[in-house]
Amino acid sequence: MESKTTHEKFDKIIEVKSVTKMFDGVTVVDDISLSIKRGEFVTLLGPSGCGKTTLLRMIAGFEAPTKGQIFLEKQDVTAVPPHKRPINTVFQKYALFPHLNVFNNVAFGLKMKEIPNGVKKNRRGEDVPVFRHYTKAEIKEKVERALALVNLADYGHRDVNSLSGGQQQRVAIARALVLEPKVLLLDEPLGALDLKMRKDMQVELTAMHRNLGITFVYVTHDQEEALTMSDNIAVIKDGVIQQYGSPKKIYDEPANAFVADFIGESNILSGTMNEDFKVTFCGETFACLDKGFGKNAPVDLVVRPEDIDVYPLHKNKGTLEGEVLTSVFKGTYYEMNIVANDYEFTVQNTDEFTPGSRVRLGIDPDGIHIMKKLRTVNEYAGEVSGETTVDFLGGTFEFVNSEQLEKGTPVRVLVPFGAVELTDDEEDGVIGGSVAQSLYKGSYYQVQVYTDDDNDIYTDTSDEWDNDDRVGIRIAPEKIVVEKREETADETV
Amino acid sequence: MNSKLKKALARSFVYLMLAVTYVPILVLVVYSFTDAKVMGMWNGFTFDLYAKVFTDTEILEAVRNSLILAVVASTIATFFGTVSAVGIFYMRSWQRKYMDFLTKITMINAEIVTGIAFLLLFVLVRFIPTGWPSLVLAHVFITMPYVIMSVLPRLGQLNPNLYEAGLDLGAGPMKTLWKVMLPQLLPAMISGFALAFTLSLDDFVVTKFVNGSVPTISTYLYNKLTKKGVQPVLRALSSLIFFVVLAILVVINILSRRRAKAAGNVK
Amino acid sequence: MKRFKFKRTYFAMPYAVLGALFVIVPLGIMAVYAFTDTDGGFTFANFVNFFSKPAMIKVLFRSLGVAAITTVACLLLAYPLALVLASSKLNKSATLVLLFVLPMWINSLLRTYAIKIVFNLIGLKSAYAAVVIGMVYDFFPFMLLPLYTILVNTDASLIEASTDLGASAFKTFLKVRLPLSLPGIMSGILMVFMPTVSTFAISDILGDPSTYMFGNIINQWFNSQAGWHIGSAYSFILLVLIAVTMFIANKLSGGKAQPTGAGGTVL
Repeated sequence: MESKTTHEKFDKIIEVKSVTKMFDGVTVVDDISLSIKRGEFVTLLGPSGCGKTTLLRMIAGFEAPTKGQIFLEKQDVTAVPPHKRPINTVFQKYALFPHLNVFNNVAFGLKMKEIPNGVKKNRRGEDVPVFRHYTKAEIKEKVERALALVNLADYGHRDVNSLSGGQQQRVAIARALVLEPKVLLLDEPLGALDLKMRKDMQVELTAMHRNLGITFVYVTHDQEEALTMSDNIAVIKDGVIQQYGSPKKIYDEPANAFVADFIGESNILSGTMNEDFKVTFCGETFACLDKGFGKNAPVDLVVRPEDIDVYPLHKNKGTLEGEVLTSVFKGTYYEMNIVANDYEFTVQNTDEFTPGSRVRLGIDPDGIHIMKKLRTVNEYAGEVSGETTVDFLGGTFEFVNSEQLEKGTPVRVLVPFGAVELTDDEEDGVIGGSVAQSLYKGSYYQVQVYTDDDNDIYTDTSDEWDNDDRVGIRIAPEKIVVEKREETADETV
Repeated sequence: MNSKLKKALARSFVYLMLAVTYVPILVLVVYSFTDAKVMGMWNGFTFDLYAKVFTDTEILEAVRNSLILAVVASTIATFFGTVSAVGIFYMRSWQRKYMDFLTKITMINAEIVTGIAFLLLFVLVRFIPTGWPSLVLAHVFITMPYVIMSVLPRLGQLNPNLYEAGLDLGAGPMKTLWKVMLPQLLPAMISGFALAFTLSLDDFVVTKFVNGSVPTISTYLYNKLTKKGVQPVLRALSSLIFFVVLAILVVINILSRRRAKAAGNVK
Repeated sequence: MKRFKFKRTYFAMPYAVLGALFVIVPLGIMAVYAFTDTDGGFTFANFVNFFSKPAMIKVLFRSLGVAAITTVACLLLAYPLALVLASSKLNKSATLVLLFVLPMWINSLLRTYAIKIVFNLIGLKSAYAAVVIGMVYDFFPFMLLPLYTILVNTDASLIEASTDLGASAFKTFLKVRLPLSLPGIMSGILMVFMPTVSTFAISDILGDPSTYMFGNIINQWFNSQAGWHIGSAYSFILLVLIAVTMFIANKLSGGKAQPTGAGGTVL
């Protein structure tokens, strides 16, 4: 028993080590590492297709990682099939067995389970563990306890198809919990419920987690759900964890523009970090709490709508002057769009300022959060393919060959965000791509486009593009920077 | 078991079954190119049997009858069945149960029982002559349930207010049916028609009991196949039918896949 | 004066009436024939004719036996095949399934002819074996299609849920896949068992008098007008048999067994 207690003390129950998953050559999970502590409620949060569900399915054992390992209590379980993992899953659409009633759905796992039943000596006199199945009485007791836990005590005999969505969800949870798993995985379990039901279930799940002490790994695309329920959140995009931390940390100090945009409402702007504690954006310089970015470094910054103070013009407070465009009452506050120095801010304030009125805006140092710019220029490896053409991103682009580079020269291609033009008609572009995301940066949109050769390109444009839109990509020839590249190991792309 | 071995086993099982399915047909096709009287003998490659098919008046008449019957019966069944399906779709309780019973009983009943029941009816009701009229009527009623079954699900996918919208905009019930409903149901009607057409062409049992003196491909084949000493010309006829059916199915499938792709729901 | 109001359900009225006339009335006429003699008087003699002849009862049991063997053979071959086709990458675009069910569209007499040629070539002597194998060959696609349809549409997350809850692959099959596919199995059984009990063409072409089926006997009674009353009684027995089979199948599968129309889902 001594060893068992130390065993229990491992504080990392799940460790995902450098796990990559590819489907038909497309990378869905890209070298993710993640440790989950015993008893934690961890949420994998991200937009659809970001790889969060695939990561969960690898932890459950339904998918095998292409690369990397998964550990459960220090044991490598990468090759262990799902039915041998002490992990249970609550599925997206419940996945209740339609041919079994509520009781038998919950009892299913118990009937499968083999439990240790002492040891016996084999012929050579060695101790061999003996296993048995649960007895009918044991199963009945456990199932009833699990059903009571999810407030479905008298529903055992019911046909699962006769239950409401919320009730089916509870059965699914009871079915997983009855096995007393070390980890409970929940794959968007509340997605199919209506708003009211979802709120109730959020409260119940959080309570269950607290009372049972089981580790929960929860997948959702709903940031509000993640913020209210979790101990820690992993924000995932493009198969990569963008940030891992507590809800408060992720909300207050988003690691990059994507996280800031995905979590809560935010104003995301480009600025310049003049020096430590001093940042310039919107043509004004503000005091802030961040440091260590160097001098005059380009940065992204986020200002939450509730962190912007609004003053009447005559009060002579605040830094920026602007004009109210719209104002909508949201129950406890007004949400206003205010344009100041060409940037359109979203602002939340308890006082209303009527559209058309001029106001002053102030931002306290702790309301400004500075983030490293993800990328300031698109950079690719390419090859000169003609007198004035260069091949990269799977297409042939015109460029100004001022250095008279010869055909076949391997080159580094730099494409500034402003040089890229997107076209509605895919045919009008040199290459095609699909829009991955549009980030509003106050006065323009920063659009990320996945190219068909599985690369991506950023562009600043005045238009908003819808996600998954097919677009054509053109690049102004005079703005493409082409540098000779040595064919050696230090390729940057 | 090792998963690679399992996969290989599964694969070979599939291909073995596929071979068993098609070898008899291939054998038939191969031997249709030789005019040996006895099966299994090879008299040298020749198209003679095929030439014979096209000069044999008995075959030509049976083929012509079958085609006319299939076209006429399945056209009537498609229109009649589609209009009926629209009515059935909006029926409730006992009415719906009765119509379901009517459609299912034909699909479930043994063909021989259906055939005999039709025969007895046509003998009793003398103003429907046995021959073309009885054949067409019988084929309409045995194929129509399949048209209804392929149209009903499509009706379920339509906007439930479509019919009301038609009436609301001033079209009468007939006009709404013709101008609003039928165009929406066209794909289902086409597959219903294809189903009815092949079922009619394929039918032997019911045909045998009600055809009077009108021979069809099925009755012709039955008469020849149950006699001793099967004529070599049947090999060519069979191969031809096989190729025609194959061609039609390939075309239908390519078309329906293209349609599915155009609708953007191909997986 | 109140104007006549047209209801949409009226679209089905012609079929409701004509269907009764051409589907239900003929079965009634058949029943009348079964319970009358040639003079039109009520009698049980036609049924006594059947139940007093051990030879006839033997034929019925032979038919049931052949149908049972055929059904079981089809099920044992089709289930693993459907399972492989539904779950493997081999069949990504459903082309393979299409290849397997394609023969459904070819005249069954023709397929019977094709398999007969193979029997001749390999020198199969047993008429009984020929009839059984011929029936399995003819009806196999009708078993495969409903099985494949239900297996391919089984929610994959149910299988995952089962393994997640600790069931091995074998247990998952036994406790989840198999019970969930029961309606498909029942449909398949209906679509193979019922036609095989009543068919007569296959045994006419492949068998000899020692393999006569119940359908052959009925068919023979109808060769001369004098036999119609007795033939109708035999058909009536078949009809009752079908009703009982349907009833049992429906009970076993919880009302979900459906005879899917010939190739209905292929189009």
